[in-house]
Amino acid sequence: MMLALVLALMMAAAIFAVLWPLSRGRETVPAGAAGASDVAVYRDQLEEIDRDRHAGTIAGPEAKAAQIEVSRRLIAAAQSADTTGTADNVIDNRWRRRITALAALVIMPAGVAVMYLALGSPGLPGQALSGRMEAREQTSLPAMIARVEAHLEKNPEDGRGWEVVAPIYMRLGRYDDAVRADRNVLKYLGETSARLGDLGEALVSQANGIITDEAKTLFEKIVASDSADPRAQFYVGLAAEQDGRFSDAAKTWRALIAQAASDAPWVPAVREPLGRVDRANKQANGAPPSGATSGPNAEDVAAAAEMPAAERDRMVRGMVERLSARLHDDGSDVEGWLRLMRAHVVLGEKDKASAVAADARRAFKGAPDKLRQIDDGAKSFGLGG
Amino acid sequence: MIAEIGHFALVLALALAIVQSIAPLVGARRNDAALMGIAGITAPAQAGFVALSFAALTACYVTSDFSVANVFENSHSTMPLVYKITSVWGNHEGSMLLWVFILSFFGALVAFFARNLPPSFKATVLAVQAWVAVAFYLFILMTSSPFARLAEAPFEGRDLNPILQDFGLAVHPPMLYLGYVGFSISFSFAVAALIEGRINAAWARFVRPWTLVAWMCLTLGIAMGSYWAYYELGWGGWWFWDPVENASLMPWLVGTALLHSAVVMEKREALKIWTVLLAILTFSLSLVGTFLVRSGVLTSVHTFASDPSRGVFILCILIVFIGGALALFAWRAPLLRQGGLFAPVSREGALVLNNLFIVTACATVFVGTLYPLALEAVTGEKISVGAPFFNLTFGPLFIPLLLIVPFGPLLAWKRADLAGVSQRLGGAFVVALLGIGATLALNGQPVLPALGVGLAMFVMAGAVTDIVERTSLLRAPLGTVMQRARGLPRSSWGTALAHFGLGVSLLGIIGETQWGAERIVTLKPAEKVSIRNYDFIFDGSVNRTGANYRETVAKFTVRHNREVIGVVEPSKRTFPSRGSSTTEAALMTRGFSQLYVSLGDQNADGSLAVRIYHKPMVLLIWLGAVVMVLGGGLSLSDRRLRVGAPRSAKSHAKSSASMQPAE
Repeated sequence: MMLALVLALMMAAAIFAVLWPLSRGRETVPAGAAGASDVAVYRDQLEEIDRDRHAGTIAGPEAKAAQIEVSRRLIAAAQSADTTGTADNVIDNRWRRRITALAALVIMPAGVAVMYLALGSPGLPGQALSGRMEAREQTSLPAMIARVEAHLEKNPEDGRGWEVVAPIYMRLGRYDDAVRADRNVLKYLGETSARLGDLGEALVSQANGIITDEAKTLFEKIVASDSADPRAQFYVGLAAEQDGRFSDAAKTWRALIAQAASDAPWVPAVREPLGRVDRANKQANGAPPSGATSGPNAEDVAAAAEMPAAERDRMVRGMVERLSARLHDDGSDVEGWLRLMRAHVVLGEKDKASAVAADARRAFKGAPDKLRQIDDGAKSFGLGG
Repeated sequence: MIAEIGHFALVLALALAIVQSIAPLVGARRNDAALMGIAGITAPAQAGFVALSFAALTACYVTSDFSVANVFENSHSTMPLVYKITSVWGNHEGSMLLWVFILSFFGALVAFFARNLPPSFKATVLAVQAWVAVAFYLFILMTSSPFARLAEAPFEGRDLNPILQDFGLAVHPPMLYLGYVGFSISFSFAVAALIEGRINAAWARFVRPWTLVAWMCLTLGIAMGSYWAYYELGWGGWWFWDPVENASLMPWLVGTALLHSAVVMEKREALKIWTVLLAILTFSLSLVGTFLVRSGVLTSVHTFASDPSRGVFILCILIVFIGGALALFAWRAPLLRQGGLFAPVSREGALVLNNLFIVTACATVFVGTLYPLALEAVTGEKISVGAPFFNLTFGPLFIPLLLIVPFGPLLAWKRADLAGVSQRLGGAFVVALLGIGATLALNGQPVLPALGVGLAMFVMAGAVTDIVERTSLLRAPLGTVMQRARGLPRSSWGTALAHFGLGVSLLGIIGETQWGAERIVTLKPAEKVSIRNYDFIFDGSVNRTGANYRETVAKFTVRHNREVIGVVEPSKRTFPSRGSSTTEAALMTRGFSQLYVSLGDQNADGSLAVRIYHKPMVLLIWLGAVVMVLGGGLSLSDRRLRVGAPRSAKSHAKSSASMQPAE
């Protein structure tokens, strides 16, 4: 629109450039104008010779010869100025001007428009480098999310939109948003085991890896309807582990591995926690807890399960304090620091978690790879770098 | 949007040019002031629209808008800003836009400054100017639009040819174009005179300054192009008789002839028809020059044929304008009134001789440049006409021309005394002989270069003699001399200075071609090469990164007679975006001479091929051109009317010279 306006103004200026001189000026040039201007030039030349002679640039005889020559030309020019010139036809002139004006008003704009439309690309916007840089930024993740969010704001019932954005939220660590998106997907597109699983996973992530009751219910529901869903089975096992039912966990995972194709890529990911619960099982059944790992052992957890909520909370805090004291004596245990951080986060004490992170960083000042582990951990708990 | 505004502006300029090429002409024939007056407004309006168009293209380059195909093909976002701007005219389409920009700008100037021309003549001149403009607008819009768009802008451009990313090349084409296009004004004046059937008294007064401006720009442009080739191409040569160079030399030669005959016409009203013809020829050669370079015909006649639309268009323009103007000349020239009379030995006579030599010299260049092209087009045979041809033909024509240069300004108008003038040039002869003697004493055989030095000395001393004579330096007391020097028209000073510059250039050319030295060696770090008492010690090379290139810089310590006089750093640059490289020669100036170091290839063992030249007096070549331009500028600043006072017949009674008609 802007372009059309500018082009129209330019066109108007061009038309004006033709019409303006037509509208003014004398009807005709005085007869013999050409001769008259010659006369003026020769007069100037005579004056010039005079000046030169006075200034001494040319000698007297030469000045005289020059004067004679120029005078001769002057006379000839003056004669032609008297005789030349044609009779003017004013009516004729008027018609000529009308035709010219018509050409300027109609033919010229039409011709220009036809030619420009044939050659130009008025529909194509300019794409300066800075603009293209912006365009490229708009295809970046935050810009895309912003666009989808704006769309969902207007169309909150678009389940597909939520489905697109949910995994992106997950990847960015925006778990609250992911949970909301997954709930909307279920609401508007209906339940499938995959969608239920997504929500469950989002809930677990939101709770910093703790399988909440709701998540547990979801995964159990999936397993009940579709026992072949490995993800749900894995989480059911994890829930069992977190509840301290190590043998249940081991049983679930063993079944999972047994039913898996031998080359399933997730098998190692299951074997690893399976080994962990197996070890824990052995400890619970015989060997005394070693001092090195002072996590909640099976007895602690079993006891905790039977305690009332307030008492359980106290017990957890006791454990945290023990861990904290041990780490301040000997800060070389990366896993310990991470566990302490997570515990504070789960208890909702974010600033304490941050303080722990700071202590850990101090402890690992000289060890960059361990420091990185701490940093990564802190980031995954939402504590910032 | 900016690109589209530029495109539209160009179409509007075309429309206005069409109006301007018809209406004022009709007005002039029908004596209608309003129709004639249209040209006075449309000419500046046209200039405004083309300026807008040019500004739009420049804006597209500066903002790297690669949706414009032309920008994409010739620019790169990482290029320094100055080269983003200069790449506007560093390509065919953009340079044609610059061409019409200058053309329309000059047209506007004519509209403003030609106030005391008769209205009908002014209208005709501007109409002719508009014909040229129409042809070029059409050419640009139909075959080489700089505003063609790409729907999907590529993210990065293809970059300007690295060899053009140089300040010399940034200024060289606009200067050349100012020259070429400046001659279009004298062309329009000449054609208008033929159409009107008469040449008015102010004709030469208007043509001369335009010719002078065009000539100055062309001189500078050629000198700059030559200097650029000298330092950028890495071969140490400054003139190759390359068709591209010849294309600019031809209009310069005929333009020089035009300049001199226009002086005769302004001062003496003689040589009218000859001047008109020269004006037509000069611009015709400018057109040929523009198109030789722009059409691709020079790379090969086959590329010319491979783009038929462009080639045919070019041919049509050449045929219409050159053929049309010459036909008009043949038809209308007899109507023009004959000018004043003069004796064969006179200032006018000397200028006619000058014109004849220059035009003949130009003809040899023309043949040497176009004959191989014509031969290849007709028979497919490729021959190369190089320096030997031009040295054998151009040289012998220019030597007598240079010999008569000192005589011209000393001869009187209308009739002159050759013996007297020769006598007055006695001093110059002595200087020339001293120059020859000194050269022979210093350098010994051969004799030819010494004679060349003598000729250069003669030209320079002759120019000085002119001023000495006019101010009576050796005869009158100092006060009178000062007074006369002040009273001397600036145009006289300009003439002397320009002729002096010619001698200076000649001296440089002789020095460089006769006494230059060259060494081509392969060096390892810490090794040494010597040339003419200068030792170059190779200190090693380093790699650097520029804005859009990488370069290998070699460092040399230069010693003269064992004393360290400096460090030179020639380099080779590689431009990844075009996958090409350039040689940056290092120059060290010693007085008017230069040491020139340019890098070749690097070998596997770390040694480096190096070319080293010693070029005595080489700077004089371009310095002479600058002096010539300064002379032109002085003459241009002299706004007085020019009247050539004739030697009266009485004071010259002894002379029985018979009077000749001017043409």
